[in-house]
Amino acid sequence: MALLRWFKSRLVVIAGLLTLGYLLLPNIVVTVFSFNNPKGRFNYEWQQFSTDAWTDPCGVADLCGSLSLSLQIAAWATLGATALGTMIAFALVRYRFRARGAVNSLIFLPMAMPEVVMAASLLTLFLNLGAQLGFWTILIAHIMFCLSFVVTAVKARVMSMDPRLEQAAQDLYAGPVQTFLRVTLPIAAPGIAAGALLAFALSFDDFIITNFNAGSTVTFPMFVWGSAQRGTPVQINVIGTAMFLLAVLFVLAGIVMGNRRNRQKA
Amino acid sequence: MTTVTDAPPLAPTPAPKERPPRRRGRLTPYWLLLPGLLWLVVFFALPMVYQASTSVQTGSLEEGYQVTWHFATYWDAVADYWPQFLRSIAYAGTATVLCLLLGYPLAYLIAFRAGRWRNLILILVVAPFFTSFLIRTLAWKTILADSGPVVGALNTLHVLDVTSWLGITAGDRVLATPLAVICGLTYNFLPFMILPLYTSLERIDGRLHEAAGDLYARPFTTFRKVTFPLSMPGVVSGTLLTFIPASGDYVNADLLGSTDTRMVGNVIQTQFLRILDYPTAAALSFILMAGILAIVTLYIRKSGTEDLV
Repeated sequence: MALLRWFKSRLVVIAGLLTLGYLLLPNIVVTVFSFNNPKGRFNYEWQQFSTDAWTDPCGVADLCGSLSLSLQIAAWATLGATALGTMIAFALVRYRFRARGAVNSLIFLPMAMPEVVMAASLLTLFLNLGAQLGFWTILIAHIMFCLSFVVTAVKARVMSMDPRLEQAAQDLYAGPVQTFLRVTLPIAAPGIAAGALLAFALSFDDFIITNFNAGSTVTFPMFVWGSAQRGTPVQINVIGTAMFLLAVLFVLAGIVMGNRRNRQKA
Repeated sequence: MTTVTDAPPLAPTPAPKERPPRRRGRLTPYWLLLPGLLWLVVFFALPMVYQASTSVQTGSLEEGYQVTWHFATYWDAVADYWPQFLRSIAYAGTATVLCLLLGYPLAYLIAFRAGRWRNLILILVVAPFFTSFLIRTLAWKTILADSGPVVGALNTLHVLDVTSWLGITAGDRVLATPLAVICGLTYNFLPFMILPLYTSLERIDGRLHEAAGDLYARPFTTFRKVTFPLSMPGVVSGTLLTFIPASGDYVNADLLGSTDTRMVGNVIQTQFLRILDYPTAAALSFILMAGILAIVTLYIRKSGTEDLV
């Protein structure tokens, strides 16, 4: 009876942790199999412990090339989407103008559209224009679908900003440029950073839209897709594991730094 | 990610607290909007128009395509591929319900019970985003392998007999069956359910729970009458964020399924990139878009949360 009561009172916690386990199980498998020494082309069955792949992550043809291409595209897409998105977010929050409703819907629609629909329609545009598919078409597509997410992230932050801080700066004889650089931008920075981080992750990981609009260019997700048919090298698991660890470290460092700053303020 | 659901995109934005600090030129907002909106119009809206026009063209790749208002393409597409459409809706719907059932306890745990572990658990929910989702989906091939522990356990417990009878597995296998595809879809879109749920749960005032308890509500009653209704915005945006991408996905059906589990996304992909039958592909993609818009509109009306999405 006591056991049953204990179980009942912790039901939510147990169910929640089980879901967390379900979410992390593939990451654990990816990590474990990054130390595998597989027989044959596929890395689906455990054979033998080995650190070969970790010491030679670029040992597979085209893998690191596709990785660096994906990083480049993600960097440029982040830059483009963050710049354009931040401007839109400021315009939407700080100004009243006609057609705001229409603008809001246009921003919302790309987030509510299945990726395959956007991918296919963009391809029909490029085909009709006779555009050469490759780096530039991928970049254009990535900026397009990251834009809305940046706008929403920045908008949330700018909405909670107190306009009186900027008025105060101007009362102290700061010019518009100075006010923007020294007051507005630093306060909006966390929102812009969140938007940029999201854009980077979305762009780096995108497969469906890229697959339609890449032509013969191969990004990292496309390399993984191809390898699922031809044979998956262990190096893919190494890169997956490294990316997961980097993300956790990065976010942990952010939280620690945020805590320290808060403590200093208090 | 949390901020994505913070701002209600369809709702009127609340007015800024005060007038902008200084009246700059009246054209300033338009200059700020111009580059971004131009991008969306040219590379998002215009392609939809091109797609619509492609869907009513006839011709061939060699001779070129001409707009002939050939609407029969739509009928043929529906006649040929209605099973894939149905399957997409069934799989995406099942995955959405599973996401809600699995995600709610975890979101609840993070919002109310996690204490100092809250940030760590949130990181663990978001961090997989940074490992390519294709790599993680491939990991399910290892997990659900025929000789693997999961299939073994399900077999010993005779679960597979039941699921085979239901028609979502075949014999002793899980891979290459609908169950594997649904499992992959649920897994891939679960964070999109958890984060909005968490944001709306976190906003609930804890004192409401105490008040319910003071009024002799048992924990389950408190949940049914207080917590769940207040988390409805999260439920609605979470289910939309799960259902919409899941219904267009073709990666899970391709990697974990078989030719019997093809969804409409697979058909569009094959038609566009391999068969190069652009009119049919465009028509299929248009029907998918229209279908989803219809379902979403209906759902938002029904749930009475038009300003909460």
